[in-house]
Amino acid sequence: MSQQPASAQNTNPAAAFDLECRNINKDFDGFKAVNNVSFNVPTGTFFSILGPSGCGKTTLLRMVAGFQTPSSGDLLIKGKSMIGVPPNKRPVSMVFQHLALFPMMDIAANVGFGLRQRGVPREDIAKRVETVLERVGLPGVGSRHISQLSGGQKQRVAIARCMVLEPDVLLLDEPLGALDLKLREHMKIELKKLQSEFGTTFVYITHDQSEALVMSDQIAVMNHGEFEQVGAARELYHEPKTAFVAGFVGEANSFTAKVDSINGDAATLVSDDGLNIKGHDASGNLQQGDKAKVYVRPESIRLATSADQLDNVENLNQGIIENILFNGANSHILLREEKSGGELNVAIPQTGQFRDLTRGDKVYIGWEAAQTRCYKES
Amino acid sequence: MKKILTSGIALLAAGVMGATSAQAETLRLLTWGGYAPENVIELFEAETGHTVEVTKSNNEEMVAKLRATNGGGFDLAQPSQDRIAGAQAEFDIYKPIDLSKIDESQFITSMLEATKGNTTYNDEIYGVPHVWGTSGLVVNKAEAGDVKDYLDLCDASVAGKVSYRLKRPTLIGFAFSMGLDPFAAYNDEEAYKDILAKVEDKLIECKPNVKTYWGGGDEIKNLLRSGEVVAAMAWDTGGWSLNEDNADITFVAPEAGALGWIDTFVLPKRGRADEAAYAWINFVMQPEIAAMITNSAGNFTASKGGDEGVDEALKVRYQESFPPEAVDNIKWYPTVPANLETLEGAVLDRVKAAN
Amino acid sequence: MNSVHSRLSLYLLFTPFLLWLALLIIIPHIFMFLVSISVKTGVREYVTGLGNYMVFFTEPLYWNTFARTAFMSISATFLTLLIGFPVAYYIAKLTRGRTKTTLFLMCLIPFWVSELVRTFGWMILLRETGIFSSFLQYIGLASEPIEFLYNDAAIMVGLVYTSMLFMVVPLVTTLDSLDDSLIEAGYDLGGNGITVLREIIIPHAMPGIVSGCIVVFMLSLGNYLTPILLGGKDSLWFTGLIYDQFITRFNWELGSAFGFLLLILSSTIVWAGLKLSGQSLTDTVGR
Repeated sequence: MSQQPASAQNTNPAAAFDLECRNINKDFDGFKAVNNVSFNVPTGTFFSILGPSGCGKTTLLRMVAGFQTPSSGDLLIKGKSMIGVPPNKRPVSMVFQHLALFPMMDIAANVGFGLRQRGVPREDIAKRVETVLERVGLPGVGSRHISQLSGGQKQRVAIARCMVLEPDVLLLDEPLGALDLKLREHMKIELKKLQSEFGTTFVYITHDQSEALVMSDQIAVMNHGEFEQVGAARELYHEPKTAFVAGFVGEANSFTAKVDSINGDAATLVSDDGLNIKGHDASGNLQQGDKAKVYVRPESIRLATSADQLDNVENLNQGIIENILFNGANSHILLREEKSGGELNVAIPQTGQFRDLTRGDKVYIGWEAAQTRCYKES
Repeated sequence: MKKILTSGIALLAAGVMGATSAQAETLRLLTWGGYAPENVIELFEAETGHTVEVTKSNNEEMVAKLRATNGGGFDLAQPSQDRIAGAQAEFDIYKPIDLSKIDESQFITSMLEATKGNTTYNDEIYGVPHVWGTSGLVVNKAEAGDVKDYLDLCDASVAGKVSYRLKRPTLIGFAFSMGLDPFAAYNDEEAYKDILAKVEDKLIECKPNVKTYWGGGDEIKNLLRSGEVVAAMAWDTGGWSLNEDNADITFVAPEAGALGWIDTFVLPKRGRADEAAYAWINFVMQPEIAAMITNSAGNFTASKGGDEGVDEALKVRYQESFPPEAVDNIKWYPTVPANLETLEGAVLDRVKAAN
Repeated sequence: MNSVHSRLSLYLLFTPFLLWLALLIIIPHIFMFLVSISVKTGVREYVTGLGNYMVFFTEPLYWNTFARTAFMSISATFLTLLIGFPVAYYIAKLTRGRTKTTLFLMCLIPFWVSELVRTFGWMILLRETGIFSSFLQYIGLASEPIEFLYNDAAIMVGLVYTSMLFMVVPLVTTLDSLDDSLIEAGYDLGGNGITVLREIIIPHAMPGIVSGCIVVFMLSLGNYLTPILLGGKDSLWFTGLIYDQFITRFNWELGSAFGFLLLILSSTIVWAGLKLSGQSLTDTVGR
């Protein structure tokens, strides 16, 4: 990703990528909000940028939209550099965090706003507005006022307002943040459907990993102004490349540990609590004596009432159940490991086998070394 | 509760006693700037024990204020003598003066008698004279030496450097300068309207010459001092005070005659401190006190011998502006009949609106 | 018992306001109205009638003066809006924190001195021997003193200056409440500065614009000092006319009638303005 295509960067009419960022930097008075970020978004994909608040994802998005100018680097849409192009001249549209629907206009006027700016004839505007409203599932609401819509409907109007302009790239700035949980779950699916229906490239930023994981074709995990990893949801989940990604994407039990011995990818470590751990060197550069971060997902840990039920696990321990967090299909046990006294979060398999576990029960836990990812601590 | 009640009664009692003992009163004086200087008030308060509260005003405001309160709020007022009989007839805001309480020997007899005559309504006398003066022309002689009469203000040589008020003295002054006699027509409405019509035409014709119609004494002094205006209709004292700073500027008695006014003492109808009011009148008419007021206000008083203690410089300026024949030529304002001011007001409005 | 108590405290709470309303607004107006319908027929003789009101409509001078006053006030309002809007936009949208407070205070500073002093300040600047004239001569743009004072333009300058704060404050308040993302969305959807201003900013700021305009219009219409001191030989102002009737002509009857006509006519103009802009009084002033 770091190598530059040699030349001809402005003369590529059939570019493979709708959006390309090349070594983008953004400084605010000595603070690096975005640090040397490069990525490509292929045509028609749902691309998410996932990161905690303050990681620079909003700044990055605003640079794509044209509200902020990169300190250095280049930004191309359909192969054309956008540096110096004002927001109203860029072939991108943006769905704002709080949607930014115009309260002084009715829905038809909101959706038709962009077309009016382009000087599209009045009848055409009316036709195209109605068409796009139908496509987002809101036919015939044109004359209503914004305040008469529910949260989800507003969302769809905001998307319709952008899509009616047929942008090359649609930018979405955490648009689900203001919705309640149920609606948010629903809108995730809705958004994904809309994206595949329109076939438009979506660039979506969020701090909510589940939104990113569910909807995206590609996810970039961002932290401290840099991209940690770019890949499909499954890749990020199962093969996080950095400790940050391992900790941020999905749930994980984490330990700080010291490398005892190393043999190829297989590492033996001792946690600060004194637990012996066999793991997989995910960063590929662990050496004996290194400090390391170790991550184990709750669903990778198997439960058993006797030791012999757990064969083929490199890590076998015992623990006492301290709490049961019942959450239907997503229920967990919090237990204290006997030897080290460290707390572990374990997912309860949905087989019914462990339905009767209660507080204070003693159980065996085991997990494989391959699912124990170790990263050198920097 | 009881405590509050008793203290309330005590307060009330104190108030009643204060009112009945009536030895020391508060004199609420409605007057012009300069007519009640600090030093005179101090002397008066020390001698009589009364206290004086001064409100500065002008003729129109005095009448308007007394009308608004039905003649209350003040114990002694000083409108010009032409604003007494008419205002009394119309609004009933004054009470007659008890001449037995005034030391008439302190007044210049001719002026006292004239004022008595002018302020008589229904056989009662309402006013006695205090300060007199004139209005005429204030001219910068270096720039506009040719301005000798009201009509000269319309001369091309002073175009754009002239100012006067849009008030009744301007109408009267112009009328005299045009050879008419408005005072003689005061009681003949038709004749007076005729005069006003002629004056109105003249004022409209003269309008391009005017820089601005001035409103307050400080404004016209500023205009003359800065040289933006070289000739104006104004009061004699304004001219004399400018003369102190710039010898070129002084008051000129117009050929048609300066307009003479006498400011008086009158008792508002619902005034409460009559004792103090009479005491003040008798006090300020003493020659040495009258001189102090002249030095402060710039105008001479009706006090017999009051001009003796006056500043030499002021006397010289007065004599320069008023050679003996000019004094004889002063046109004294007779009392203004009711309704006249409505006619005049309409004329002034039309002059202001004219382009 | 409780409700009696709460009702009593409600009355007590409202008493000062009601007293203020009754003593300073309602009773004087009733008195003024009674005066305005007494027509003078002779010395101390009055009859009830509408003669004083008729004077206003039959004497073109008064009618013209009102029209002139209203026209100048509307112009001053419009000019204040034109100057105040960019200022308010700058304060509300382009500055923050300390700069914002400082700029706001700078708008307030002229109001720390009385209107009289402010007007005299303008007289010192504008008069023939004043600072502007001297400066122009000094830099060689004028060969002789120029009089800027005593004309309608000077009145306009004075009115706009006096009114500026009353326009800027409501505008800053409404513009502050405009979400920046609405403006960005406007640009993002292809709008330019003009269309975003016309379709998003102005519609949003409309209540502020209208309430600012009402206040400035009323202040200008009711202003007395500025037009009298800065105005020229022809500059009649309606409030000046009322003052003259009351104070120098002793004609309270006509003065009261004029006062009522001013109230009625200015209310009509404000009402017409609200209708034209599609706003309601509760939307703008009642917010």
